[in-house]
Amino acid sequence: MRKLIGILSLLIIAGGIALSLKEIPFGIPKTKIGDHFIKKGVEETGAVNIVTSVVVVYRGFDTLGEVTVLFTAAIGLGAVIGIYRKKRVNRKVESSSLIVYTGCRFLFPILLLVGTYIFIHGHLTPGGGFQGGAVIASAFLLMYLGCKGKRINENLSKVVEVLGGLTFIGLGIAGLIMGKDFLFNFLPKGEPAALLSAGIIPIIYIAIGLKVGSELTGIIDNLIEKSQ
Amino acid sequence: MIFLSEYIYYIGAFSLIFIGLYIVLVKKNLIKVIIGLSILDTGINLFLITLGYIREGTAPVFSKPGLNADKMVDPVPQALVLTAIVIGVAVLALAVSLAVKLYKHYGTLNLRKIKEQKW
Repeated sequence: MRKLIGILSLLIIAGGIALSLKEIPFGIPKTKIGDHFIKKGVEETGAVNIVTSVVVVYRGFDTLGEVTVLFTAAIGLGAVIGIYRKKRVNRKVESSSLIVYTGCRFLFPILLLVGTYIFIHGHLTPGGGFQGGAVIASAFLLMYLGCKGKRINENLSKVVEVLGGLTFIGLGIAGLIMGKDFLFNFLPKGEPAALLSAGIIPIIYIAIGLKVGSELTGIIDNLIEKSQ
Repeated sequence: MIFLSEYIYYIGAFSLIFIGLYIVLVKKNLIKVIIGLSILDTGINLFLITLGYIREGTAPVFSKPGLNADKMVDPVPQALVLTAIVIGVAVLALAVSLAVKLYKHYGTLNLRKIKEQKW
């Protein structure tokens, strides 16, 4: 009965969506604003990667909101899972196999390096703070799976997270102090496609990368260590 | 066939969305419901990316000189999805932590057996 009702309601929704999707053609440009970003983005922001300039400059305030959502989710997880358990349990950890252990020790520095590369080059190549942070968090997840007993320093990760967020907001307010908009790109833009170019974009993306990486690592740490 | 080649990406994205919705509506196990939410999330991201696609378009990165700016896909949906994926992971972790707490409290993950809920 429940299945029948579910399928019927989904069919009704699907019919409505199909009727409206028929009016949206596939594969042609739909927004004028995207065209403007592509044509004018390089000279207005100095970043070669247009997606980065949209994320950090044109929609920078929106990105600040999304970082806040991420922060709220991490805080909520910590509150839900770790509030009653102050002392750490010393449970028996089964040692992982030799392959996982060796692979973890071999791959961990390389993964950290790749993550850092991705968010430092966010304004030049595909990638950026969010992706680099996810790669860094995956390195720490591998460490938890493979190298038994190793833990991160929880306070240090909190400090890195807070510093990343404060850098983002501080750069935004610095724009206001200079009499321009919030998150105004006040540093020299430099030459496009050079590593030191695009003003405040690389600094903000490094801050976002560190913040996302430490936040996701904190989530992994909470889920693995405290949810016994 | 023309219909398929025109709309296959929309169909794929909405298949994922409806599979996710069906799981959320019908399944009893809380973990399966959370997996359904994750599939729904993936479908929505795929749909947004599909909306921004332009035929034979390249990524909107001027990584080498001589790239045609008219043949680049729309960067705005990509920028939205980029943040939405990471937020999806964090919200998924939050849902899993709530499931852990529910299991500790009730001793079951079966949604029909947890009494004090409306649905």
